Amino acid sequence: MYRFTYHQPVTLDAAVQLASSTDDGSYLAGGMTLLPTMKFRLANPSDLIDLGGVEELRGISEEDGRLRIGAASTHAEVAASALVADRMPALAELAGRIGDPAVRNRGTIGGSIANADPAADYPAALLALDAEVITDQRTIAAADFFTGFFSTALAPGELVTAVRFATPAEAAYQKAPNPASRFALVGVFVARHADGVRVAVTGAGPYATRYPAFEAALDASFTPEAAAGVPVDDAGINSDLHASAAYRAHLIGIMAKRAVAAC
Amino acid sequence: MATDQSAPITFRVNGKDVEGHAEPRTLLVDFLRDTLRLTGTHIGCDTSQCGACVVHLDGIAVKSCSVLAVQAAGREVRTIEGLADADGSLHPMQEAFRQHHGLQCGFCTPGMVMTAIELAQSAEPLTPERVREGLEGNICRCTGYHNIVQAVLAGAAAMRQ
Repeated sequence: MYRFTYHQPVTLDAAVQLASSTDDGSYLAGGMTLLPTMKFRLANPSDLIDLGGVEELRGISEEDGRLRIGAASTHAEVAASALVADRMPALAELAGRIGDPAVRNRGTIGGSIANADPAADYPAALLALDAEVITDQRTIAAADFFTGFFSTALAPGELVTAVRFATPAEAAYQKAPNPASRFALVGVFVARHADGVRVAVTGAGPYATRYPAFEAALDASFTPEAAAGVPVDDAGINSDLHASAAYRAHLIGIMAKRAVAAC
Repeated sequence: MATDQSAPITFRVNGKDVEGHAEPRTLLVDFLRDTLRLTGTHIGCDTSQCGACVVHLDGIAVKSCSVLAVQAAGREVRTIEGLADADGSLHPMQEAFRQHHGLQCGFCTPGMVMTAIELAQSAEPLTPERVREGLEGNICRCTGYHNIVQAVLAGAAAMRQ
């Protein structure tokens, strides 16, 4: 690991201030991606601004009928939250299946979405649950947040402070995990809201996206059969040593069908 | 280039206050092994996937290869060396691994035991399936999982007594 300067602010203001005063600083949340990446010398931030001591980033609550999850909430905290389990159990289950227990004990929702791994689980939930990403500067709709391969709408130094989710009538997430990493080969989050069904897919493209063809089919008939009947073109779908594009395209239909069945 | 911030770090390890010198980039596992000479915590990969380095940080199982030593400052760390009693009698989970032959080469065992203890402390009753899910982040390169699962179930039962 290359050398860096370490900072441990205890307030949000101090953290943001530090980020703007460094050359090429990086926030450190759970560190479950950043630290392994630094170990490989694939990242070389001049400064690490550790968010572990910033209390304002913690906590899970209800706000204006939405579930608000502080950015520093760990996957284990989301998975174990009675409030999340009551309002949107699909999100608790998703969090409880990220990585492995030690990763869930450290990794955070804010860190996951800011990293925007194309195979991460949370991005699918944000899109299907019509989430808003709250930062130190503004509110960003989930639809505008994920912009590309490991890319988001965050400006340099901008910090995710919380995510707010719309409560669905029913929802479920199904994924085919990579057996080694537990990242999604394909993950499909289905949520039925009062104004329609949202279907979001992770793992299949450069970043998580909604699948309008599935949404239209499920708006017409919210049944596993309707999901299974939607054709998926494998053009543009990820292909790597773990799974071909055709296989991933096939998995989208399978996971969508299972998710609807689990609703 | 960042300046060398090498500084003393103080925290509690296995119930004792300890101090050592570390740069911010020093990983907790390297600090435990190289500075404190607590070599029971193993490094079994470079990719943060194997779980051989799991320790408890304020009672929570973490991969010490993916935590900076400085992040443990002022906190409580428990390693495999801190499990047995002063008279050498083993922790119930260690004893269960011994009784059920929950190891082959033994390299993954410290991480397995530390993960298993956290798993055994969860409120839900353990089943073989839950144990296998709970050990998702601990790789046994000998593939000796069957006896490890038996050991964890027995160790968890013994811990509840």
